[in-house]
Amino acid sequence: MSTLAHSLSDTSTMLRRQLKHMLRYPSLTLMLVGMPVVFLLLFVYVFGGTLGDGLGGPTGGREAYLTYLTPGMTLMAIVAAVQGTAISVAMDMTEGIIDRFRTMSIARVSVLTGHVIAAMIQAFLCIAVVLLVAIAIGFRPEADLLGWLGLVGVFALISFGLIWLTVGLGMAAKTVEEASNTPMPLMLLPFLGSAFVPTESMPTAVQYFADYQPFTPFIEVVRGLLFDTAVDGTDLVLTIAWSLALALLGYVVAKKKFNKR
Amino acid sequence: MNTTKPLAIEARNLTKSYGDTAVLGGIDIAVPEGTVFSLLGPNGAGKTTTVNILTTLIPADGGDAFVGGRSVAREADAVRRTIGVTGQFAAVDGLLTGRENLHLMGRLHHLGKRETRRRAEELLERFDLMDAAKRAPATYSGGMRRRLDIAMCLMGEPKVIFLDEPTTGLDPAGRRTVWSSIRELVKAGATIFLTTQYLEEADELADRIAVLDGGRLVAEGTPEQLKRMIPGGHISLRLHRADQVERTAQILNASGSDADQLTVQVPSDGSVTSLRKLLDVLDREGIEVDELTIHTPDLDDVFLSLTGNATA
Repeated sequence: MSTLAHSLSDTSTMLRRQLKHMLRYPSLTLMLVGMPVVFLLLFVYVFGGTLGDGLGGPTGGREAYLTYLTPGMTLMAIVAAVQGTAISVAMDMTEGIIDRFRTMSIARVSVLTGHVIAAMIQAFLCIAVVLLVAIAIGFRPEADLLGWLGLVGVFALISFGLIWLTVGLGMAAKTVEEASNTPMPLMLLPFLGSAFVPTESMPTAVQYFADYQPFTPFIEVVRGLLFDTAVDGTDLVLTIAWSLALALLGYVVAKKKFNKR
Repeated sequence: MNTTKPLAIEARNLTKSYGDTAVLGGIDIAVPEGTVFSLLGPNGAGKTTTVNILTTLIPADGGDAFVGGRSVAREADAVRRTIGVTGQFAAVDGLLTGRENLHLMGRLHHLGKRETRRRAEELLERFDLMDAAKRAPATYSGGMRRRLDIAMCLMGEPKVIFLDEPTTGLDPAGRRTVWSSIRELVKAGATIFLTTQYLEEADELADRIAVLDGGRLVAEGTPEQLKRMIPGGHISLRLHRADQVERTAQILNASGSDADQLTVQVPSDGSVTSLRKLLDVLDREGIEVDELTIHTPDLDDVFLSLTGNATA
């Protein structure tokens, strides 16, 4: 077998291992899926009435807020999924089996790519559950087939960036506890962006931060695609650039740590 | 040194330090193919560091190391194809079953489905793990985990096997099973590099032993050679009368005596001839002896005197 074939086969072996872990240890996956759903219901049914009125749209109220909130909640779903990635990467590193892999003639990066692909599956699962719950309580997306394909691509791109970032965080963490803490700030970023309220309603300094951090373009691109409205070119470029930059950063850190350990 | 067989493991002047602390201060190792080599030393002597360098986990700061004739530093991947490693902490996947763990190794060795299954079943049988095949290692005893670990290391049929303290933390029964597993490997013709803190273990299993202390090899040889290295044998006498102690020590050329305890130590190889001579002298001089014990050197004496932790 060629090197490429070996490396693909090793990656698929590692992916199978991760998927088995997900099935054997379902509580982590359930917790990851549950959190954005709880956020969605909480914000729609507790804060939604008031926040919806404040959006300044023609109808206002809870329904208007559900429409505004859902795109941001899909990002929240990705963020929730990647918290688990850092934990499972760090858990893996505490087990002696990683040292065994490192003494074997295998494509070394396959250990990490196995994690990344498994986390992608987990992220898509989280997004799907959040969207289905949103639709069940009255959310109506307007995307056509092309729009949905675009959404899958954008979700994959953003997940790819955030997952590699958290793989890097998981590798850099010295303990599992540390790995469960370091990605926490990611949870805050949707709040400091356009997920829950439009950034124009924020004080100037906060708004400045909100407009230039990665989650606002992520959310706006998803919003545009979900409602079949024109996607802002700058937002799209920023989304691609941020995703690739985060992925590269995470990859470099993770690879360095993996070889150094 | 055995020069007829090619060397499976060779290290020349290997050094490694972490910051200002020198962990390995230049060690030389030569292990001929098909033999068992044991690196013996107390905690912190540098045993695991040596294994980590030879198994490509960490780079050495200086010196050369070869496994199966390939350079550990420059041909790491070729070395990895030759070796199997069982580290100090059982390297098994805690969430997969015993059988799945073996299958995982088979797939990573690109054995193909049928061969993977065949070897996995054979190893489960050989290491008495059939009952454990469907359970996750979390439910295993320490000995079972270790056996699964060794079985996993054999899935790739390695020519050179590194076992880093394979019995540390096991109860005596678990230790015996691991020993018999290791003997199986020797029978199959593998070269084994074994680290241990237990002299008994090195004595039981190894063809050659090297004693590592503070990052340096302080002795090397067969277990028998090592035992001969220190003249630790003596006969210990406990006399009846305190006023005879000093005279007895003089007559017998004693290595030590204690008038309060009434004891006299006389160097001896423990042979019957030397014992008879001693008894004759005691008789002739009218020395009354309450108790006589013969102390022959074992590897513990060698170990303790070589590593400078001697208390006696």
